[in-house]
Amino acid sequence: MTAPNSSGAADRLRLPVVRGLSRPRGGSRTFNTAPRPLGRGSAGRRKGTAAPWLYLAPALIVLGGLLVYPIYQLGLISLFQYTQAQVSGGEPTTFQGLGNYMELFGDPQFWQVLWATVLFAAACVVSTLAVGCALAVLLTRVRAVPRLVLMLAAMGAWATPAITGSTVWLFLFDPDFGPVNRMLGLGDHSWTYGRFSAFFLVLLEVVWCSFPFVMVTVYAGIRAVPAEVLEAAALDGASQWRIWRSVLAPMLRPILVVVTIQSVIWDFKVFTQIYVMTNGGGIAGQNLVLNVYAYQKAFASSQYSLGSAIGVVMLLILLAVTLVYLRLLRRQGEEL
Amino acid sequence: MKSVRSVGSVTFVRRPWRLLAETSALLIALVVAFPLYWMVLSAFKPAGEIESSEPRPWTLAPSLDSFRRVFEQNEFGRYFLNSLVVACTVVIVSALIAFLAATAVTRFRFRFRTTLLIMFLVAQMVPVEALTIPLFFLMRDFGQLNTLGSLILPHIAFSLPFAIWMLRGFVKAVPEALEEAAYIDGASRSRFLWQILFPLVFPGLVATSVFSFISAWNDFLFAKSFIISDTSQSTLPMALLVFYKPDEPDWGGVMAASTVMTIPVLIFFVLVQRRLVSGLGGAVKD
Repeated sequence: MTAPNSSGAADRLRLPVVRGLSRPRGGSRTFNTAPRPLGRGSAGRRKGTAAPWLYLAPALIVLGGLLVYPIYQLGLISLFQYTQAQVSGGEPTTFQGLGNYMELFGDPQFWQVLWATVLFAAACVVSTLAVGCALAVLLTRVRAVPRLVLMLAAMGAWATPAITGSTVWLFLFDPDFGPVNRMLGLGDHSWTYGRFSAFFLVLLEVVWCSFPFVMVTVYAGIRAVPAEVLEAAALDGASQWRIWRSVLAPMLRPILVVVTIQSVIWDFKVFTQIYVMTNGGGIAGQNLVLNVYAYQKAFASSQYSLGSAIGVVMLLILLAVTLVYLRLLRRQGEEL
Repeated sequence: MKSVRSVGSVTFVRRPWRLLAETSALLIALVVAFPLYWMVLSAFKPAGEIESSEPRPWTLAPSLDSFRRVFEQNEFGRYFLNSLVVACTVVIVSALIAFLAATAVTRFRFRFRTTLLIMFLVAQMVPVEALTIPLFFLMRDFGQLNTLGSLILPHIAFSLPFAIWMLRGFVKAVPEALEEAAYIDGASRSRFLWQILFPLVFPGLVATSVFSFISAWNDFLFAKSFIISDTSQSTLPMALLVFYKPDEPDWGGVMAASTVMTIPVLIFFVLVQRRLVSGLGGAVKD
């Protein structure tokens, strides 16, 4: 049992932020020696079988009523003809079968929006991860003061609500009064006019507010890697890049999986930023993503069933991502 | 030996490189903080300086005009209070429910336990936004449209799966021996739950609550969709948009309102940041 004591090395960190983190990770990373609570122990036997369900009841009621039931409703509405007339009770609802989906899949705009969503989310995820990981590595290379300063700045960006972040970034890039155009000498170039520059502006805001999560998590993960391992690699003459690729990356894989999947899920669902920054989807809907598209269909043009069908498509895509995630977790032997 | 290890990987970085790294860290921090700085700065700038084609990164004549405009705007204080009520109710209720559920899935072994855990994980991925349409009809049928309840209820539901998942680590960390000792000393189950386990898990609850607080405080979509006619039930994001008209936005007002909206979250973050990161460690635990 001479395994490197990872928590020991990390406990000496000065940043209070990280110390707590390494503790729960410590032992269970190498072997799952964490005490397995309950079960066959005497405490377990003492408890009746009804108790856990009693504790779970409030959660299950809330989730059943406000999550599961709406999902069922979403699927149902997507199969019916449901517009303003049906909502106000003027006309009976009629069963459409897959008619709404046929209409949706026959609409070239839907495919355009779907592709835009996938590409935009992919660009956001890649940029967020790149920035977050690079800065996490940078954090390990600097002393306490610069580290604290960068950490605080990142916390500020993290804490900023999506809507205020959107308005502030719009103002920064405002063609008339924004400092960015002035600094870059762009005159009154409008960033929200062109399709790609508008998407790019939103991407900047999304990366700005979501990289801190990646940075903090990955940084904490790096700190939990035993110093001896890095020392050994360095003594063997490995370059920084080599250490990152062959030592850190494999050890950080579980954490990287989590932050990647979280980013995919968040960035795929971006709503506020697009809605506010491109004013509801851009000129002629050029900056629509699925979420905003569904909202516009349902609440702006009262085509609730089409909006629901888009919702179902989104749900299925994210479900597929989740299944991949679960497979990856299982392969790592995550114990639930 | 101790000193060598405590600096960790920094030992291998030669001095000029470290200097470069530190300089770039500070520069990046500057860039990251710049939008927030600009927001606060613009909120304090007098109108003439905001709408100037030569924006300066400082102001010599700070004024409270923009804030005054924001607070004089119809019932901004009320919107602020509404947002606070929604966020705090969501935080407290979801923390309590999640605590009970997390205890159930970590302290007991029962049929469907693993299935349930996987369901909680899957539930985190459900796009809240996609459910706006059915929730809209649900709220309408229960007469909750235009009430704060229509914002509170969905947010409790959507913050629960993640909260349960995250609290699991904290509940797990409380040694089982403690539980046995409590029972041997004659404590009842509910006494153990509320007087022993609850205080021990409290730091975890705080970390978890950041996420539910933020999701409720930032909510824009539900506020926009469910509060349609009764503006007295509106929340901050909607109030902010009053100043933001696409054609001629009142930037001073927008920046002042944004500042007012960001500050509570910042305070909350600073207060719990230690717990937050350790909480993430629990949730992200491999």
